[in-house]
Amino acid sequence: MRKLFQRHETYVLVIILLFSVIITSVNHNFLTLENALDLLKSYSFTGIMAIGVLFVLISGGIDISFAAVATIAEYVTVLIVLRIGGSMITAFAFAVLIGAALGAVNGLLIYRFKIPPIITTIATMNVYYGLLIVITRGKWIYALPDCFRSFAEIRVGSFGVQDGSAFGVSVVTIIWFLLLIAAAVLLRYTRLGRSIYAVGGDKISAERVGFRVGRVQVFVYAFMGTMAAIAGIVQALLVQTVAPNSIVGKELDVIAAVVLGGASLAGGVGTVFGTFLGVMLLAIVQNGMTLMKVSAVWYDVFVGLVVILSVGFSSYKQKKQQSSSKIDIRESAPSAGVSADTLQES
Amino acid sequence: MKSKRGSMDTLFLSMRHINKQYTGVKALDDVEFSIREGEIHCLAGTNGSGKSTLVKIISGVEQPEAGAQIEIAGEPAGQLNSMDSIRHGIEVIYQDLSLFPNLSVQENIAMSELVSSKTQWVSWKKAHTIAVEAMDKIGVSIPLDQTVSRLSMADRQLVAICRALTKDVRLLIMDEPTTALTKKEVDALLSVVVDLKKKGIATLFISHKLNEVMQVAERVTVLRDGVKIGCYPSSELDDKKIEYYMTGTTTVYTPYHVMPDTSGAPVLELDGLSKEGNFKDISMSVYPGEIVGITGLLGSGRTELALSIFGLNPPDEGTMRIDGEPVVIDTVKQAVSHGIAYVPENRLVEGLVLDQSVGKNVVMTVLDRMLTASKCIDVQQVDRSIARWVRELKIKVPSVDSAVKTLSGGNQQRVVLAKWIATEPKLFILDNPTVGIDIAAKTSIHEVIKHLAAEGVGVIIISDEIAEVLYTCNRVLVMNRGRILKQFISSEANEEEIQRYIESHAV
Repeated sequence: MRKLFQRHETYVLVIILLFSVIITSVNHNFLTLENALDLLKSYSFTGIMAIGVLFVLISGGIDISFAAVATIAEYVTVLIVLRIGGSMITAFAFAVLIGAALGAVNGLLIYRFKIPPIITTIATMNVYYGLLIVITRGKWIYALPDCFRSFAEIRVGSFGVQDGSAFGVSVVTIIWFLLLIAAAVLLRYTRLGRSIYAVGGDKISAERVGFRVGRVQVFVYAFMGTMAAIAGIVQALLVQTVAPNSIVGKELDVIAAVVLGGASLAGGVGTVFGTFLGVMLLAIVQNGMTLMKVSAVWYDVFVGLVVILSVGFSSYKQKKQQSSSKIDIRESAPSAGVSADTLQES
Repeated sequence: MKSKRGSMDTLFLSMRHINKQYTGVKALDDVEFSIREGEIHCLAGTNGSGKSTLVKIISGVEQPEAGAQIEIAGEPAGQLNSMDSIRHGIEVIYQDLSLFPNLSVQENIAMSELVSSKTQWVSWKKAHTIAVEAMDKIGVSIPLDQTVSRLSMADRQLVAICRALTKDVRLLIMDEPTTALTKKEVDALLSVVVDLKKKGIATLFISHKLNEVMQVAERVTVLRDGVKIGCYPSSELDDKKIEYYMTGTTTVYTPYHVMPDTSGAPVLELDGLSKEGNFKDISMSVYPGEIVGITGLLGSGRTELALSIFGLNPPDEGTMRIDGEPVVIDTVKQAVSHGIAYVPENRLVEGLVLDQSVGKNVVMTVLDRMLTASKCIDVQQVDRSIARWVRELKIKVPSVDSAVKTLSGGNQQRVVLAKWIATEPKLFILDNPTVGIDIAAKTSIHEVIKHLAAEGVGVIIISDEIAEVLYTCNRVLVMNRGRILKQFISSEANEEEIQRYIESHAV
């Protein structure tokens, strides 16, 4: 029980419950299965990118370019599938290839030239996104391949009919959850996963134990690229159009969600479950504000406040724990079998 | 013993013509070194003698210059990288321990095993078994799920040792292993090393506490200024001889006998100072020119008391007087304005900005006193001041612009000292000032402290080493369980007496 209270995830969960109660008391539509499934669907895009960001943060790095990578993967993949045809499998395969390659470039730059990750990825973001705009002239794609349309409609389960349409667990939610499970297993039960924590904890120690720090870094950024690319396709599935400027600008929201979930910008710390909760908290704040009819312009303010409160409280708590190393200053140690109570009685 | 890997007389490692140069400084000059299978060997030398560099070459972290010959188990080994070394069964426990602060004790111990295991999958059950077995080997128990960043230095050391023991080790190298350990823990460690020897595993110690290591070492190799002075059977060596080989001179311990000036008020006077869970009823005083030592086992509340005086751990009860005036010190800023300086034990993390230059660290505390009329920093005065302290404290550094993290432990400690001496304090508190540094640097740090006291500064030295407080202080206070139990007058006490007293109160 005490362990539970030492975990960051517990606090995020408490905040989520608190918000849920407040929002529900204003608008009963919040706490419905339909709304929940809808949130899980529309936030799968943010959630998938968050998985990648989590990996980068654990390794002690940061990536700003992932939104640009997601856009490129989305745009180029849709163009390819429109040109040569193919199924969703081809689409995901192309997207993953593009995303992994662009991410790996980040990783290689960071490892080879020892440029700080934030500088590297700001630069590559500009290069990637700039090139996309130059080449496409910022044109939107309205007519997606047919497979995008039919795939997006797949859902599992049917929970009733409202306004004439059935609702269930969307295919994109399923993709998100599968990725969450895969990421959790990778982080917890594989050597690669543990090496990411090791590198984030202490790079020099990791090198000394025999981890290939360079490989870990390249993997982490390539993984980030891959997640971004998948998120890009999910975005296309969700909105059924491709706009070169619709994703870029969302980077900080995603990073905020991951940090909300307990990952540390200093590296070495973070869990998949925490990240999921962080994304959901963000989703609930945004959705709740809409349901409570608060103007959307307040959204950023609230997100900022929630980040400060949640992360601040958790850090403060940790600091208190560290400084309270107790020393036994009793006159003499109680001998075995004699408790303080029996001493008082005698 | 049929599984014995060759006789005890065969060389496990032999190195010849080892040269290494760092930006103009010759770290190793044609050094030759060898260690037999199952031998317990000691590598001794002062700061900058090249012993750390030699270890880095053995462990494959650094490569020697061309012409080097390295043989492992009779086979030429060529250029070693760190993976080669590990494969040959060479494990190093560095002074910084190379642990992962964000991971659990269990995972830290099982980490080497994880890196070298054939499967990609991690078995937490196996990790648990490995950790428990390693701890059993040296007879300690630390909660396995505790995060390493929350452990004390002593426990971290034990975790690092446990990790090294999880591999098929042929040569275990320990860089200053005994510094953060209590006597009991050191004894346990040394008995482990003797155990390992029986299994044919060699141990190379790099330690400044030569007396402890000598109980078990067979040969001692001494380096001075990158040159090998010799390799001696330890039975032929005593403290004096080894010190002579290491430094080229013999130092005489001069007890501190300057009488403090008790005519006025004490610099510091504590009356019934208490802090819940830290210490209780502490009453003591320090006069100008007096050096007071505080000793006791790890966890006796000494450090917590020091932090309270320095404003980092405000006490719950009691009064504190500076120069006879009652004061309340809740922040470091107040402490500094009252003329208190504090050099922490964990100098690496608490006392220095490691990435900044030596110069910037030295003047960090006094920058606000070096302003021009227009309130800008007076660069010339800063440069003069840096040059003065680097010279006075004999800080060995290629340039004052080098980052502090590139210095050896002893030199880093001197930078911390310089930083605080520059504030011209009235009361100077030093927490284990010479942990992990060698005899020569230690003596020079003691000289600096005595010199300061002779000029009228009140000094408190906290140390595990009884000899250190006994020979540098006027009085020695023994703390246990957050209380001051007894006071010894240095000129009337001896080491054994104090040691016995502490052990009789140990739990």
